[in-house]
Amino acid sequence: MAARTARKTRTTPTSTRASAGKRAQAKPLVLLATRKGAWLFHGDPARRTWRINGPHFLGHVVNHVMLDPRDGTTLLAAARTGHLGPTVFRSTDFGRTWKEAARPPAFAKAPEGSASPLKARSVNHTFWLTPGHASEPGAWYAGTSPQGLFRSEDGGITWAPFSGINEDPQYREWMGSEQDGTPDGPKLHSILIDPRDPKHMYFAMSSGGVHESLDGGRTWKTLVKGMQVVDGLDPAVITFHDPHCVRICPSNPDRLYQQNHCGIYRIDRPGEEWLRVGRSMPKRVGDVGFPMVVHPRDDDRLWVFPMDGGSVWPRTSPDGLPAVYTTRNGGKTWQRLADGLPKEHAWWTIKRQAMTADAQDPVGLYFGTTSGELWASRDEGARWTCIASHLPEIYAVETAQVA
Amino acid sequence: MQVLIPTPLRSYTHEQRMVEADGATLATLLDDLERRYPGIRFRMINEQDRMRPHIRFFVNGDQVFDLARPLRPDDEVFIVQALSGG
Repeated sequence: MAARTARKTRTTPTSTRASAGKRAQAKPLVLLATRKGAWLFHGDPARRTWRINGPHFLGHVVNHVMLDPRDGTTLLAAARTGHLGPTVFRSTDFGRTWKEAARPPAFAKAPEGSASPLKARSVNHTFWLTPGHASEPGAWYAGTSPQGLFRSEDGGITWAPFSGINEDPQYREWMGSEQDGTPDGPKLHSILIDPRDPKHMYFAMSSGGVHESLDGGRTWKTLVKGMQVVDGLDPAVITFHDPHCVRICPSNPDRLYQQNHCGIYRIDRPGEEWLRVGRSMPKRVGDVGFPMVVHPRDDDRLWVFPMDGGSVWPRTSPDGLPAVYTTRNGGKTWQRLADGLPKEHAWWTIKRQAMTADAQDPVGLYFGTTSGELWASRDEGARWTCIASHLPEIYAVETAQVA
Repeated sequence: MQVLIPTPLRSYTHEQRMVEADGATLATLLDDLERRYPGIRFRMINEQDRMRPHIRFFVNGDQVFDLARPLRPDDEVFIVQALSGG
């Protein structure tokens, strides 16, 4: 079994010293997955200083690192390398040691001499990790590229295909071909579990739309009404829908927001139709982007990071001017938040998993850039500080509170 | 028989470059490697029993593409990482 130990380095990237330690407080942890490894950032309770721990899995392509909020100790990392197949690593000591999953996510083997018209597939990488419902300790879900949905019931040690969609002819049609996916492969992502009901779940596919189950994954229905597709394509074809990132509001699980290839959307269940709230964004900025971040306690509040989706899709900050946008009224009006961010020639952007919020008050926000910088705000986006730079391209940023 | 393990896979073989494994074919040799070093096979062979694109197998210096290739006990098997861009 491949076990690894990470090197440790200490750093004080910000100028202010911590005032922590007077009383026992939960400390923030920021988890970075990058194109060349994973890093953990341990913060003080005031979120002013950060200690970098890593690299973990140096040279591995790490798509996602998540801490289990139910036990507060289980870390999962989805990894592959340029040469080797995809796997999942697991740590219960905050990355001091890692152990590989005994059975990583993998599609079913096609029967010998199968006459099935479905092409046999192999997982290229596990892209997305979602801890299961609070009432199901040890349950995890994984989304892969090409699109596949998997579940573990033992804390990420063994994984199995979940719900039948991986081999379902209708779903396989909606998943499209390699040409219908993102540049490094089509992905299943945004696996969302309703905090009120473990059987109520959503997932999204790039490409392949948004899907909902009310019966624990036994049956699914599409949820794409109101979503637009690229000009010239037919929105009735599920394959053409490209939701980049979908989030469920913790304070109101009947409300979801979505950053799509074609705009920013909100849906209020049991409504069945997405509303393009991104139409009220400034026209010169537009409402194309990858990440979507919702407030932990306010379902009218969210943050997005627009990018240039014009002409050839540069996927950079519009005009080289990175800015977060927020709304306080569910998308009716938007405010630009760029204090502290570069004022010129910053041609990076943020991938769909690389922006997140903590649960503190005021909410802390974190994003990692395609150019390898980690930025944070302790005041809900009003002021931004660069915590680290010169890292590899950042694929995912997650936060947790640790004792 | 002796099997050369490429550097990306040596975390499985306790950093050993050459390991001993048995098999009448390349497929059964890989099964034996999996038994000795759990997890190693799936990093080289996908769930459809296909060699992954950047892993190469050589038997006595000749590249092999067929997992059913018979092996003799005195064969030497090299597992090699092919070039894979940065």
